[in-house]
Amino acid sequence: MSQMNIIQSVNSALDIILEKDPNVCIFGQDVGYFGGVFRCTDGLQKKYGKHRVFDTPLSEGGILSTAIGMGINGLRPVAEIQFSDYIFPAFDQITNELAKLRYRSGGEYWAPVTVRTPCGGGIRGGHYHSQSPEAYFTHTPGLKVVIPSNPHDTKGLLITSIEDDDPVIFFEPKRLYNGPFDGDHKKAALKWDIHPKGEVPEDYYSIPLGKAAIERPGNQITVLTYGTMVHVAREAAESSGIDAEVIDLRSLVPLDIDTITESVRKTGRCVIVHEAPRTSGFGAELSAQIQEECFYHLEAPIARVTGWDTPFPHSLEWEYFPSQERVIESMKKVLGS
Amino acid sequence: MSKKKTLHVPDAPFRPGEKPDFSNLELPKAGDAKKPKIMVEPSEIRDLAFSLVRVLDDKHEAVGPWDPKLDASVLKKGLRHMSLLRIFDDRMLTMQRQGKLSFYMKSLGEEAVAIAQGMALRSDDILFPSYRQPGLQFVRGRDIVDMICHCITNVKDNVKGRQMPVHYSWKEGNFVSISSPVGTQFPQAVGCAMASAYKGEDNVSISWVGDGTAAEGDFHYALNFASVYKAPVLLNVVNNQWAISTHKNISSGGATFAARGIAYDVPSIRVDGNDFLALYSVTSWAAERARKGGGPTFIEVFTYRGEAHSTSDDPTRYRPKDEWKSWPLGDPIERLKAHLIGLETWSEKEQNKLEKELDALVIKSYKEAEKHGTLSEGPWAPEDTLFEDVYKKPPRHLRKQRQEFGF
Repeated sequence: MSQMNIIQSVNSALDIILEKDPNVCIFGQDVGYFGGVFRCTDGLQKKYGKHRVFDTPLSEGGILSTAIGMGINGLRPVAEIQFSDYIFPAFDQITNELAKLRYRSGGEYWAPVTVRTPCGGGIRGGHYHSQSPEAYFTHTPGLKVVIPSNPHDTKGLLITSIEDDDPVIFFEPKRLYNGPFDGDHKKAALKWDIHPKGEVPEDYYSIPLGKAAIERPGNQITVLTYGTMVHVAREAAESSGIDAEVIDLRSLVPLDIDTITESVRKTGRCVIVHEAPRTSGFGAELSAQIQEECFYHLEAPIARVTGWDTPFPHSLEWEYFPSQERVIESMKKVLGS
Repeated sequence: MSKKKTLHVPDAPFRPGEKPDFSNLELPKAGDAKKPKIMVEPSEIRDLAFSLVRVLDDKHEAVGPWDPKLDASVLKKGLRHMSLLRIFDDRMLTMQRQGKLSFYMKSLGEEAVAIAQGMALRSDDILFPSYRQPGLQFVRGRDIVDMICHCITNVKDNVKGRQMPVHYSWKEGNFVSISSPVGTQFPQAVGCAMASAYKGEDNVSISWVGDGTAAEGDFHYALNFASVYKAPVLLNVVNNQWAISTHKNISSGGATFAARGIAYDVPSIRVDGNDFLALYSVTSWAAERARKGGGPTFIEVFTYRGEAHSTSDDPTRYRPKDEWKSWPLGDPIERLKAHLIGLETWSEKEQNKLEKELDALVIKSYKEAEKHGTLSEGPWAPEDTLFEDVYKKPPRHLRKQRQEFGF
């Protein structure tokens, strides 16, 4: 075991998979010589060579389309989109090509591409360095969508994603790269070095996609969340004293509906928390599935705490970013207290 | 009429009711274009982006340095494939008109593109075609019955009825699944070629887009990545003048499409797309260069779309009805046939016999394919295949939906 932050755990996963599979290659803007703007690929080009870890032109569509071609020709590409706000020029290649290739070719062709992309706010990044676009991809059959919340899960889930023969969009909540963040920006930034989930095995391990983790067990109310909001929700439960069960979904597609329904049937109450805007956000899907599966167990309407339906603001970031206070207020409302 | 300044919007040269006149078209003489050595610096051959590689002259004789000097047996094979493609298209169109196919797209006038270029490649070279190069499958020996089963979307359609007709996929023939969004395959071919280079293999990748698609971002991604990584890829713009009703004057304000390759420092060659020999020769040159590590070649295939874009299109609404007949570079099949007749290795009689034989083959194949069903009457791919191949294995939510559906 070593203590790692998420940057180091991403790096460790990539290192292991590069060593293990000669068909894995890693590329994107600034990922080669420089080692990535967040340092996730630091040292890998030097260790494995320029052909395995390389820089690309500033061309998200070009990165994704060439990744698909490489995947068709037997490689296992890991492409980085520097910020998920910049994934949209590649949207056609991801949603119309990567996602549909296996289906439209009757199973003849596929491309096992993993797209790593930092997402989410809390870094004063304004609306083009803070977005959470996961819902667009969960709406596209053929893609898997993964969002870890800590170093341990990041490494295991990233290894699984790369080894998966289906395409995976792997979101990395960038506010969590260096430490857990409970939403209180006035507090000194924490690091992963004393966090139990910062303990990461140095060797190979994998975590299956579609398995949620219970971040904090509880009986009064279920809080469904993922990414940075896992930490906000957990601290909201801790600080309010509400006996909330906080579930870290970890992968949105496939979704661990069993863990969700088991918890909601137990508590009868549910709050969904995500950073992305509310309308058609992934919370809408969760809410629909819960009422389909658990309607007669529900004691109160399901509530959502989300980013507002606005672009992600710069100066008013903390007015946008779902806070512990909003989560607590919502939990209280659902609890009728 | 007042000449008020306003936005310039280009137009097609001729519209319905007008007489097409291509006498202003600059057509360098057959045999004039120089043939560079394989590993030439791109900067040394910029003129080839503005010229036109032609081998067959007006007398249908092969002239100049680009003459591939192919054996007559190879040329006859090419003629056979092109004739088959045209006959196949005609039959499929007829069947579409009878309601047997939901949709169809012909290659009329562009038969040489898929056939000559396909024949100039190795079978392990990987094809990323658009919907206008189905003829590649004839070159690689695909069973015609299987092609028709796809087009009539029956139970034997290897893509399980998931795509419209003409959107073939054929892994055994290294023919990558065709996508409707135009141009997406262009940079994918570059990635595929990068993978060949990565693995140290000497097969090449090749892709085709149309003049209209040259306006898409994917076109630029492809040329730029191919140039940066020196990918062993052949990138072709089939400039057939029309993208549905969009004339190439609307697609590009540039001099030639080939000229765009110069800015990427990629060897760029403009070739007569109705000249089997010229196409074969340019493609062989580019493939050899790519195999030797010389990187990509960009080819503008200069031709004319003889038919409607698809069966959903009516070109008489936007271009003169007989425009194709006025195309100064003629008909690729007639030209290769005339060349072979000139060599005294072929005759009109033999051509007629061949066409009859091919027509009979297509009819027989159609009847055979129809035994496996049609789109209107089935049988189709079994219903539970609806949920297959979305993922390698259906995840829980899809299994549940499949159950909900009744399986």
